[in-house]
Amino acid sequence: MNVVQPFEGIGASVRRKEDFRFLQGRGMYTDDINRPGQTHAFILRSPHAHATINGIDTAAAKAMPGVLAVFTSADMAGIGGLPCGWQIHNKDGSPMAEPKHPVLAEGKVRHVGDPVAVVVAETRAQARDAAEAIVVDYAPMPGVSTTEAAIAPGAPAVHDGVAGNLCYDWHIGDKAATEAAFAKAHKVVKFSTTNNRLVPNAMEPRSAIGEFDTMSGDYTLYTTSQNPHVIRLLMGAFVLSIPESKLRVVAPDVGGGFGSKIYHYAEEAIVTWASAKVKRPIKWTADRTESFMSDAHGRDHVSTAELALDAEGKILGLKVHTLANMGAYLSTFAPCVPTYLYATLLAGVYTTPVIYAEVKAVFTHTVPVDAYRGAGRPEATYLLERLMDVAAREIGMDRVEFRKKNFIPVDAFPYQTPVALQYDSGDYFSTLAEALKTADWAGFEARREAAKAKGKLRGIGISTYLEACGIAPSAVVGSLGARAGLYEVGTIRVHPTGSVTVLTGTHSHGQGHETTLAQLVADKLGVPIANVDIVHGDTAKVPFGMGTYGSRSLAVGGSAMDKAMDKIIAKGKRIAAHLMEASVEDVEFERGTFRVAGTDKTKSLTDISLTAYVPHNYPIEEIEPGLEETAFYDPKNFTYPGGCHIAEVEIDTETGKVSMVNFTAVDDVGRVINPMIVEGQVQGGVAQGIGQALLEAAVYDAEGQLISGSMMDYTMPRADDLAPVSVATHTTLCTHNPLGVKGCGEVGAIGSPPAVMNAVVDALRDFGVNHVEMPATPAKIWNIIHGHRLAAE
Amino acid sequence: MYDFEYHKPSSVADAVKILAADPDARAISGGMTLLPALKLRLNKPTAVVDLSGIADLRGVKRDGNKIVIGALTKHYEVATSAEVKAAIPALAAMAASIGDTQVRNRGTMGGSVANNDPSADYPAALLALGATIQTDRRTISADDFFQGMFATALEAGELVTAIHIPVPEKAGYAKMRNPASRYSMAGVFVAKGPAGVRVAVNGAGNNGSYRHAGMEAALSANWSADAVAGIKVDPSDMNGDIHGSAEYRAHLVTVMAKRAVTNAG
Ligand SMILES: Cc1cc2nc3c(=O)[nH]c(=O)nc-3n(C[C@H](O)[C@H](O)[C@H](O)COP(=O)(O)OP(=O)(O)OC[C@H]3O[C@@H](n4cnc5c(N)ncnc54)[C@H](O)[C@@H]3O)c2cc1C
Repeated sequence: MNVVQPFEGIGASVRRKEDFRFLQGRGMYTDDINRPGQTHAFILRSPHAHATINGIDTAAAKAMPGVLAVFTSADMAGIGGLPCGWQIHNKDGSPMAEPKHPVLAEGKVRHVGDPVAVVVAETRAQARDAAEAIVVDYAPMPGVSTTEAAIAPGAPAVHDGVAGNLCYDWHIGDKAATEAAFAKAHKVVKFSTTNNRLVPNAMEPRSAIGEFDTMSGDYTLYTTSQNPHVIRLLMGAFVLSIPESKLRVVAPDVGGGFGSKIYHYAEEAIVTWASAKVKRPIKWTADRTESFMSDAHGRDHVSTAELALDAEGKILGLKVHTLANMGAYLSTFAPCVPTYLYATLLAGVYTTPVIYAEVKAVFTHTVPVDAYRGAGRPEATYLLERLMDVAAREIGMDRVEFRKKNFIPVDAFPYQTPVALQYDSGDYFSTLAEALKTADWAGFEARREAAKAKGKLRGIGISTYLEACGIAPSAVVGSLGARAGLYEVGTIRVHPTGSVTVLTGTHSHGQGHETTLAQLVADKLGVPIANVDIVHGDTAKVPFGMGTYGSRSLAVGGSAMDKAMDKIIAKGKRIAAHLMEASVEDVEFERGTFRVAGTDKTKSLTDISLTAYVPHNYPIEEIEPGLEETAFYDPKNFTYPGGCHIAEVEIDTETGKVSMVNFTAVDDVGRVINPMIVEGQVQGGVAQGIGQALLEAAVYDAEGQLISGSMMDYTMPRADDLAPVSVATHTTLCTHNPLGVKGCGEVGAIGSPPAVMNAVVDALRDFGVNHVEMPATPAKIWNIIHGHRLAAE
Repeated sequence: MYDFEYHKPSSVADAVKILAADPDARAISGGMTLLPALKLRLNKPTAVVDLSGIADLRGVKRDGNKIVIGALTKHYEVATSAEVKAAIPALAAMAASIGDTQVRNRGTMGGSVANNDPSADYPAALLALGATIQTDRRTISADDFFQGMFATALEAGELVTAIHIPVPEKAGYAKMRNPASRYSMAGVFVAKGPAGVRVAVNGAGNNGSYRHAGMEAALSANWSADAVAGIKVDPSDMNGDIHGSAEYRAHLVTVMAKRAVTNAG
């Protein structure tokens, strides 16, 4: 009898394996883990944006019930600062300013939430009670929160020795050629905007447990991380001087990261270090208030862009000047976000021949800023796609035609941009055409009229975007300042009876790797996904890895697995050839079956794995037993997903409230492994993009107090803030990785904000506005309408 | 939160006795306001007196031309009560719009009224409906009870036990929500009832929920949305924050008043 196995390979919308445990509340998150003898840490944080610490009196706290220890920076002699993983060089070739980022404040606090002291106690409540008894003698000083104010003469200095609060002054592109193009321009369109600062707000707050084994001298850190090996490397090598062999980092189930859990945070080092001092495991878990003031924030750019055009609307050149907020200290990857993840994207999907971009990174008295879903690419895409609309309007050209006129042609790939990147593949005309059709772009004016009849303003907006993910190759990123490699590691362990364990250096914190990566194995080796286990997030199990961010898991991690599976197949063929008495060249393999070409002689993968582990009839002189292979994969290039997003909004003129009516996404994410998961990833990203466009803003006052420090004032998108999001894909394959995949994790957050804002501005087209800053809150829109009415009255 | 004693009396008299003996004890009903404050350590009561065991305080009944709602009645129960839906549909709809499902299944009318949060929904409804607040020792008209932001006529240790609401001829409510907290940032409740036309505003004013005399006069003369459409609210009476200026809130009050009248029919 032939049992028909449902197809679970590449392209199947298989339900997510991990959801059984998540939906039943059976996930195992860091805070769910309790170690024998565990104690609890509470971190005392600065209430001031900027203050000198004249003294810290911990005597009363140390005497409180249940308290094991109270530590300040004075106790941490010899402990290094939190390292920065990327060094940018200034225009003149000198390195960026890289002031120390102490684990606990050393004589000064530089943002609200800066850790000052830690209490370790039997219970969390006791630790917190004792922290209230610590007396810190602060001398508050003026602070500064915005980039413009921080680089102004006389601004309060964030770090001694960092002149003008300038971290770096960097540029890319050919300045002279760009100036020459502007000199010939028929028209120059200028546009300035702010990319609003965001608080990531993963559902699970950060948490860390440090444990020191007094017998072996081994340390274990359980942490909410997207990349446990990176944490082991950074914390072990630079902060605590613990060799890798003595330090295990476990990142179990993680409830969302969005970038904010890439970085090495002070609390990880504190609990690890202090666990050896108190000789007991120590747990720390942030509450939401702490998350707001200690998780790295995202975005926060102020930019001016100029576009040079010829008489026909062809783009001749682009100039960009950006101020990027670094916050008070350099978070792990902060310097690369507004440079190599931002300015290199400024060509977008267009044939802009010359581009020159200058970026100044600035220290302020705010929480450090680092990569947040999209990281630099949303900032570039927003600037460019808003600029395209502004320019189209100024030259009186239809915004779709203007874009098409400047698209990179389908036959121009590989396409070299003037800002370093070489795109391998893409077809922007097809994603545009499909999105216009799905969104019924042509029928919009009728919908606008119908809305008007109901007293509403309707607008439609488009964004034709491109992004770069799976950042690589290691040699190139190294030359650009990365202090790490960006390859990935995969191990395929075929067990004797044919089930498979995959060890991957990527990490799943919502992405669905346990399913998607298993589908790769099902597709190539023919093993049902139920028999494929994905192991990730433990440095004691997985050989190595760089983790998950930048939509890299499939493109880089999946490719490493693919290479490892090739090795499995190659070895399997040699074993199969022996068993079937054929020559290796004659053995073919397809989805679980080895066959002698042109015959009906076959062996299953299980036959081979069993033989490999029970090598009775085995060419033991030539082939080692066992069936396990590891591959390191270092990509040749980034991947370049792109596509078209269209947003339709409606504005209530009386209240200024913008409502999403419809959202269409047609994305080219390369080969699609699981369409259902891609749809979910795009929808989630779009939800965050709509959040940035309409709702979210981390608001600091001028001195550095965080005004939007809780959910009462920080507007996270809720279900009813969103619209139905229609997701489709149109595939061109990535040409340089074995799977042809590009990545889908960030496209939603990158492509959507300008589409939404272009729709908002379009809705207001009769009000003489050419720009609205994000987020387009009701009050802001009402002000625009109201201002207009006043002028007209 | 800090440590505290916990009491769960089964009668109002016992609860009042405990509260009278300890000025730093606090009553708790649904806990939807008090618990977050305790968790954030903004509050340090010596004891918490849980009212949820007092059966007398729960339930909705019609008493002649009045609706009587026990202080412990949850927002969900008000929203779904057949009596309230029949007599004052605007109040049922208001209750259904408070917070989220979890909040509505814990939060109580007594707790909301006693707390008198300027952005809460109920105080404006009770002002506009001309309600009477009954406590363990007296009855107080809504006009006298609500005394500005978080301030009420309640004495230390005095408990709200029930709310008496005359059934109006018409009533309507409309609010603009704060985008982040989803509490009201400008809400208006209008009612035409035994006490005449009354209009009350929540969320927007700089001293809590209040009645708007100008709108009451306009609607008394002409019950229509148009009658309030032209009334300008003074921004100097309004609150302003990162979600909207005083001018914006002043404007919203007029818009919500129009919508409330339309909703009332
Ligand atoms: C997420 C969230 C969203 C919310 N959204 C809204 C909203 O949109 N609109 C809105 O109106 N409210 C909202 N609320 C508040 C909610 O309605 C509260 O339930 C209500 O304000 C207080 O009722 P409670 O029963 O929970 O009171 P508790 O928290 O138990 O008590 C509140 C205060 O009243 C005192 N108290 C309680 N009962 C009595 C009594 N019988 N007599 C005297 N004093 C008493 C307590 O001592 C305390 O000081 C929200 C709350 C949350 C958590």
